[in-house]
Amino acid sequence: MSAIVVYIDQLDAPGKLSTTVSQLLTLARGAGEPVAVVAGPVSASVLAELGAQGVTRVLNSEQAELGEFLVATKADLLAQSAAAVSASAVLVENSAAGKEIAARAGVSLNAGVITDAVSVTTDGGTLVAHKSILAGSWTVEAQATSAVAVISVKAHSIEAAPAAEPTTPVVEAVEVAFSPASLGARVVSRTPRAASGRPELEDARIIVAGGRGVDGDFTPIEELADVLGAAVGASRAATDAGWISHASQVGQTGKKVSPQLYISVGISGAIQQKAGMQTSKLIVAVNKDAESPIFEIADFGIVGDLFKVLPQAVEEIKKRRA
Amino acid sequence: MENSALNIVVLVKYVPDAQFDRQLSGEAHALDRSESILSELDEYALEAALALSDARGGVKGGNTVTALTVGPASASVAVKKSLQIGATQGLHVSDDALAGSDASATSLVLAAAIKSLGPVDLVITGMASTDGETSIVPAQLSARLGLPQITFASALDVAGNTVTARRDGDDFSEEIQATLPALISVTDQANDPRYPNFKGILAAKKKKITTVSLADLGISADAVGHAGSLTKVTAAAERPARTAGTLITDSGDAGIQLVDFLAAAKLI
Repeated sequence: MSAIVVYIDQLDAPGKLSTTVSQLLTLARGAGEPVAVVAGPVSASVLAELGAQGVTRVLNSEQAELGEFLVATKADLLAQSAAAVSASAVLVENSAAGKEIAARAGVSLNAGVITDAVSVTTDGGTLVAHKSILAGSWTVEAQATSAVAVISVKAHSIEAAPAAEPTTPVVEAVEVAFSPASLGARVVSRTPRAASGRPELEDARIIVAGGRGVDGDFTPIEELADVLGAAVGASRAATDAGWISHASQVGQTGKKVSPQLYISVGISGAIQQKAGMQTSKLIVAVNKDAESPIFEIADFGIVGDLFKVLPQAVEEIKKRRA
Repeated sequence: MENSALNIVVLVKYVPDAQFDRQLSGEAHALDRSESILSELDEYALEAALALSDARGGVKGGNTVTALTVGPASASVAVKKSLQIGATQGLHVSDDALAGSDASATSLVLAAAIKSLGPVDLVITGMASTDGETSIVPAQLSARLGLPQITFASALDVAGNTVTARRDGDDFSEEIQATLPALISVTDQANDPRYPNFKGILAAKKKKITTVSLADLGISADAVGHAGSLTKVTAAAERPARTAGTLITDSGDAGIQLVDFLAAAKLI
């Protein structure tokens, strides 16, 4: 069976595997022999998690350059490790950095690169990436025609499941030969961004998003989100106005999400917004303007004042749960 | 440190207007490129370049901003628009063999085109194209050119030969620094793009667009296009358009009806 490499970042939050990485390992195990390439330390608990996923080999490097420079050094680690184990495929998380690591590793490995896969299947031994493109209006299947395929995969591509037979993986230290240009863009400072305590947009089952209509006050959005255990999103108009962090933006230049439920509040629903949310399972829209394009794609639309409708819904949910 | 004149290349892409329905067709599932425009996200790259040039005295100060595109003959529209907005000159790689090139093949052609311009100080790109939306071309291009990669910059400054940028991630806001020459991609937070004015539209008529073929760049036709790309689209389907469901106007109990809807969908 050919090796399928999963790239794992243990630099920013060492000590545990992210949910998406566990999903990638489950995917890799279904398609070949899963090999973990780890940037940063491999703790005992991470090693145990990798063993539970049936990983046989772990290649890791703790070279300082991996954290000191942007993206390129991590891509060098990934490409050199994938070549060392003769991988037939490389799977990477579809974050902004993950896509770029995939992109550069693809150049080094002379491999086809496919980004934004929502799921990955196999067809006669070849990995097939399923994507949603053109603002969610088309779905396509894509394959690499090269010896190695590099695919960045979005969250929830598969349900993470432990291997039937856990393994005791061996950790092999890798000495990466960084290319001079990889040591060009230095991270000179890092400021942690405030955590909201709410689910991440990409992981959330439910998202409540606010736009221009909230007029600077996200309180009703946050209260509905909290009673639903939802993430809070926003249109670009709301983030540009400075009412909420840019990290909350959903749309063409923000996050592209597909939750079970997307509650759009005070958002008109221009194409740039739709590009980030129209693959959601269910869409609910609240807007005071009956002509808003968002109502054309909403499964349930309410023409009304969000400052009345949302608090009433919050009270009703609390009442029913009491 | 003295701010010397800069030779900047800006990548501009001719993309189908997202305001209209976009279609894939044919055996290769190619994107229909009629009704196309300059990719909106490239306007931020152009603005970043023009602001750096303006701060150093513009064309008179010896600065050059080259708008570079790879695409069919019609893609010159994107270059012309860039010249109207303020770019100094255009470079258009046009060749029938390019049709169907994936992001990786495109970055190969872009790298050769940039090398053909001689030494450059900065390559500036948008954060993504509004059609392919992969965001991988800047990373691949910097790898191919051996330039430092500073991507997703939401703020940018060049002092002397040092470029400093802010990259806002989900968990961290990072400050990134590199020495010129470098490649930078900018987000839609980086600036407010200028519009072409009447003077700019007139001036653009006198600006030069150089059109080159793959052979001019020394690239073999089988390294690009459908045949040369290392990925292929094997199936494509248009998602059924979403349709409007129930629409109500609040008469005092819409919040309760909303909860009824969520309960029926088993979401609470």
